[in-house]
Amino acid sequence: MTQSPMTHSMTSTLRTFVAVAFLALSASAGAQTAVPEIPFDSNVDAVKTGVDLYLGEVGGVGQNSKGNIFVYTRTGHPYATLGDNRTFLRNGSKLYEFDKTGRFVRELGQMSYGFNMAYGLRVDPQDNVWTVDLAANQVVKFAPDGSIALVLGRKPEAIGVRPPPPPAPGATPGPGGGGGGFGGAAPGPPGSGVPGSGLVRPTDVAWDKAGNIYISDGIGNNNRVVKLAPDGRFIKHWGATGAGEGQFNGAKSIAIDAQGNVYVADLGNKRIQVFDGEGTYKAQFTGVGTPQTMCMTTGATQYLYIAHSGDPDGMDDATIYKVRLDGTVVGKFGSAGKLPKEFSLVNSIDCRNENELLIGEMANWRVQKVTLKAAR
Amino acid sequence: MKRSFGLSLSVCVLAGGMLAGYGEFSRPVSAQSGRATATNVPVIPHEPVPFFKHAPGIYIGEAMGIATNSKGNVYVFHRANETRLFEYSPQGAFTREIGKNIYGFSFAHAVRVDSEDNIWAVDEGTDNIIKFNPEGKVLMVVGRRDDPVAMLTNMPGTATFHGRNGRNRFGRQTDIGFDQQGNFFVSDGYFDARVVKFDRNGRYLKSVGTRGNGHLQFSTPHGIAVDWQGNVYVADRGNGRVVVLDNDLNWKANYTNVGNPWSVCVSGGPVKNASKQYLYSSNSWSDSAPAIPAEYTGEVYKMELDGTIVGRFGRAGKAPGEFATIHAIDCRDPNSLYTAEINNWRAQKIVLKPLPAKASN
Repeated sequence: MTQSPMTHSMTSTLRTFVAVAFLALSASAGAQTAVPEIPFDSNVDAVKTGVDLYLGEVGGVGQNSKGNIFVYTRTGHPYATLGDNRTFLRNGSKLYEFDKTGRFVRELGQMSYGFNMAYGLRVDPQDNVWTVDLAANQVVKFAPDGSIALVLGRKPEAIGVRPPPPPAPGATPGPGGGGGGFGGAAPGPPGSGVPGSGLVRPTDVAWDKAGNIYISDGIGNNNRVVKLAPDGRFIKHWGATGAGEGQFNGAKSIAIDAQGNVYVADLGNKRIQVFDGEGTYKAQFTGVGTPQTMCMTTGATQYLYIAHSGDPDGMDDATIYKVRLDGTVVGKFGSAGKLPKEFSLVNSIDCRNENELLIGEMANWRVQKVTLKAAR
Repeated sequence: MKRSFGLSLSVCVLAGGMLAGYGEFSRPVSAQSGRATATNVPVIPHEPVPFFKHAPGIYIGEAMGIATNSKGNVYVFHRANETRLFEYSPQGAFTREIGKNIYGFSFAHAVRVDSEDNIWAVDEGTDNIIKFNPEGKVLMVVGRRDDPVAMLTNMPGTATFHGRNGRNRFGRQTDIGFDQQGNFFVSDGYFDARVVKFDRNGRYLKSVGTRGNGHLQFSTPHGIAVDWQGNVYVADRGNGRVVVLDNDLNWKANYTNVGNPWSVCVSGGPVKNASKQYLYSSNSWSDSAPAIPAEYTGEVYKMELDGTIVGRFGRAGKAPGEFATIHAIDCRDPNSLYTAEINNWRAQKIVLKPLPAKASN
């Protein structure tokens, strides 16, 4: 325990959040003693993939208000063009829609320019489907009719297949910022990115009540949160690489509560940080392992489901925590493995129904529908 | 002091890596040449049987893996424009494709069928092993494909042996075998040099082997098979030997006289029965098919499980009944084999005839 929530809260100027931190501390301690196990069942055939349609690594899963299920998954192969003036990625991922019984309905985004490495999917309150692609560095919004309504970030025009040559002697070093995309010269601390919508390996997307867009960006050179207006216009960003307040070591997932507070899963620092909608640091909590993805419930009392994977293959140490917004862990379920009710690299949770979750796994290439039951 | 130790250690590691890189070219000449050293081996008469029938427009490419199920269906895992897995009826008619456009099919290497007729595809391009049920639905995935963006620096094709030996990841794994308890064994591979044992639920149990030509070392473990007692036979191709391990991966024996084993097969199928088991090993010419190795490779050796040679058949070539790099053998029926060839883009059904009576000299 190199960093206790206590230490950080004491350095915070926001004394009102000391109480929150104390709760977080008790949650952290609780995680090491006895977190209640939530009994659950699982259906590994939540989406019926039969024999002519296959899921690969599931980047993201979500359902709309009608219960239709959307899966953004890696399929086939990402190709790199050869013998052209540039080498860029093609193919590699697809977006499928299933009805609420799991039957295949349709594919969306066929032959899309930016479907290369599925990493996230969320459905917003208006039933738009948002995909997050780790290789195209893009977040794309699909309207309910399947048309593309908004494109955020730009896919690299070319990819380097070899390490770049060393700089010429005497060359001046580039700007210190994270390199948000379009060469904007805005020196800043590493990972702070460049103002604008350029994304570097973005991981997740969320919205506040006004429809503003928040993107966790990400697990590349940037370690920040990007806030955009509903029409996609850049508003602001915050964050840098590090372990301090408002810094991230892999901004892996993002969620927003009913009050507009922004929760960011800070992978490498093994914590959840909480900000207001303007990026002001409010609190943090640990005790949820290594957080890979989160989902915020929408009921009167909101909870976060947080997927923990403690080893890189998701075969030794994994569980999913149910957490109050103050960081108190109220329960957990599941363990690492390949069997039903086991999880291997959960990268996506849908919790539109608080006790009936959709869990997308990277390493097991599947979506499990998990039904949580009351503790006996 | 501590610092200099660290430095020298890293130098050692670097040097070791370089040596390992040249290992392919420094192995014993006999192993390198592929010439089998066994002598006075009886030749088993064999006959190619016309079998595989394709409708127009259906082609197979480099045939890497071949396997039968309990009903006589045949599966061929091959490298076409995309890597593809084909199913054939017991009469040899193409019936369907399995795993089309799946994330784990990039560069075929082997296919095997277990005791419940599940189909296991081993892909060395993605480091994935995919278990399909008999209908073709994915039941399990083992290993993990690397992040494609992170792999860009390995383009084009510049990846090399790494020996990472990840518990749940492979380095261009090559083949899979099953014991009677459902544990499975993976020969791994080009970029690792070991054998890995998993339980039936895909949980890692143990692994053995490092790169080299010594005791319990491997130079491209290229194929694997398991007998009904649970013994494991590893085609240690680069070292020109079959390495036999017990079920806990303890060393038992080396069979060193049958050339370079590209593939091994233990007869009888995955379900134990009363029949006697034999071991088949293909000594193949190299991928690039230079003329000289073709003169003394291309044969398949039939052995008792203890390594005693029963006989051999086949020679390198392109005519029916000849073989251009047999990459896999199915020997569920020890006298009616299926072979998959790289260079000839085909699979063959081969019927073995009884050995002629010994000459009376």
